[in-house]
Amino acid sequence: MTGLVYDFSVITQSIDHYLVSHWGPSLAATIEFVLVGILYLLIYALVGLMLVYAERRICAFIQCRLGPNRVGPQGIFQTIADFIKLLLKENIRIERADKLLFFVAPFIIIVGSFLAFGTIPFAKGLHALDPDIGLFFIMAATSIGVIGILLAGWSSNSKYSLIGAMRSGAQIVSYELSVGLAIVTMVILTGTLQLSEIIEMQRDGWFIFKGHIPAILSFVILLIAGTAETNRGPFDLAEAESELTAGFHTEYSGIKFAFFFLAEYMNMFVLASVATTLFLGGWMPLHLGNFETFNHVMDFIPPLVWFLVKVFTVIYIIMLFKWTYPRLRIDQLLSLEWKYLLPINLFNLILMSVIVLLGLHF
Amino acid sequence: MMSITFHQAVFYFFSAIIVIFSILTVTSKRILRAATFLLFVLLGTAAFYFILNYAFMGALQITLYAGGIVVLIIFSILLTSHVGERFEPIGWGKMIASALVSLIGAGFTLYVLLNADFIPTQAPLPDASVKNIGTALLSYERNGFVLPFEVVSLLLLAAIVGAIVIARKEPHDTENPNNE
Repeated sequence: MTGLVYDFSVITQSIDHYLVSHWGPSLAATIEFVLVGILYLLIYALVGLMLVYAERRICAFIQCRLGPNRVGPQGIFQTIADFIKLLLKENIRIERADKLLFFVAPFIIIVGSFLAFGTIPFAKGLHALDPDIGLFFIMAATSIGVIGILLAGWSSNSKYSLIGAMRSGAQIVSYELSVGLAIVTMVILTGTLQLSEIIEMQRDGWFIFKGHIPAILSFVILLIAGTAETNRGPFDLAEAESELTAGFHTEYSGIKFAFFFLAEYMNMFVLASVATTLFLGGWMPLHLGNFETFNHVMDFIPPLVWFLVKVFTVIYIIMLFKWTYPRLRIDQLLSLEWKYLLPINLFNLILMSVIVLLGLHF
Repeated sequence: MMSITFHQAVFYFFSAIIVIFSILTVTSKRILRAATFLLFVLLGTAAFYFILNYAFMGALQITLYAGGIVVLIIFSILLTSHVGERFEPIGWGKMIASALVSLIGAGFTLYVLLNADFIPTQAPLPDASVKNIGTALLSYERNGFVLPFEVVSLLLLAAIVGAIVIARKEPHDTENPNNE
């Protein structure tokens, strides 16, 4: 039935056994913390750079331009060059800013998205954290980020930053509600919060097919509300260039600006991963009913590839949002959340409960 | 020399963080810095729950306190204060009085703590999985929490209605702008 199983826990466990047998459990745990931390930081930065490149190319194609295409084949090293440039740039000291908070704010944002990034299951056994409260943990970790935004805006001591931070904060706090409710709707169907278990339950069909109408509804809501929560267009009025320069990170320069940029893109990655895990089966291959041959062919594709393909499909949809729709005004933003998304969400929650109780899902 | 285990080292590390940032919270002269230090204290407390393998409580601590209450505090500071503002220095009388009160409080707490007989429980650990917490929260049988849950929700509803009543404009106010 399962065909090929790519199980990464074999590798991680053998590394763990090796370390424990050589250094004892305490030191081995410390070494593992450091190793996993460095590895995740590298992946975090690389995926972030790749997403920035992808966005610039996709945006260019939508606008009938070519985009970055000079540095390396098809310009794939462009963002790496940009990153080095940002590293070498001067960190401008802001007189009259609250220097301590100004320094701390980008780290709080990065820590929030990095914690959530740690729980993403890339393949079977390939995740840093798998708590039994998985989805709840992600919600908790991402809720730290808004503090960093507010602190950054306030400590810069600039009007643009402060207004940008207030808009951003209000937006994130209100759209967090819709994201939470969309996830809760799916939790009714899954019955568990643990990400690895949620994926395991989708072995015979993805939840977007199993949960049909309410699942599709909450998928759409999660994408819209999630886009707003990551402060991306068309919900980017917090950093509306024409009126607020760059919103809460106006005063940041060099590597600290890069932190904000990276965190924004990685939040999008986390959002896409959560959507993939909840609705599109995570790293599970696509199986079609009883087409054994087809299913076996699909099993040969490694789970990591499946996961990344699905995540980048979702990210592509989110990017299409940004470059297709005009920016919302603040009243449109609030009425979208409170007058449309929230009632639809509550109705969807009831619909999902009824469907699960009556056993109308597949 | 006493050797400490890995767990104890982690425990002392987070205890140190909590103690240091608690002191910084009350001694800081800038209000937003105090709020930020408070955030670190609350995150340190969440770390304790994770050390105890009680991840649900840890995540709850982060969502409610760090993501909820501290955000609320910071929002209200953002609306009311300015980056250059400092607390006024406190007078000697107030300083001595508050020092006395806190010393008495600390002394009393230490006295009770040091004299208490902590007996390690022999009972098996309760199952703190999300499923059990959820069932207990909405159970009306023995050890169920549905009544406090509903009472709290009533209280929250009253608070929300109250907030709306305070914040909304009276309709006749808009017709007569002089009536403030």
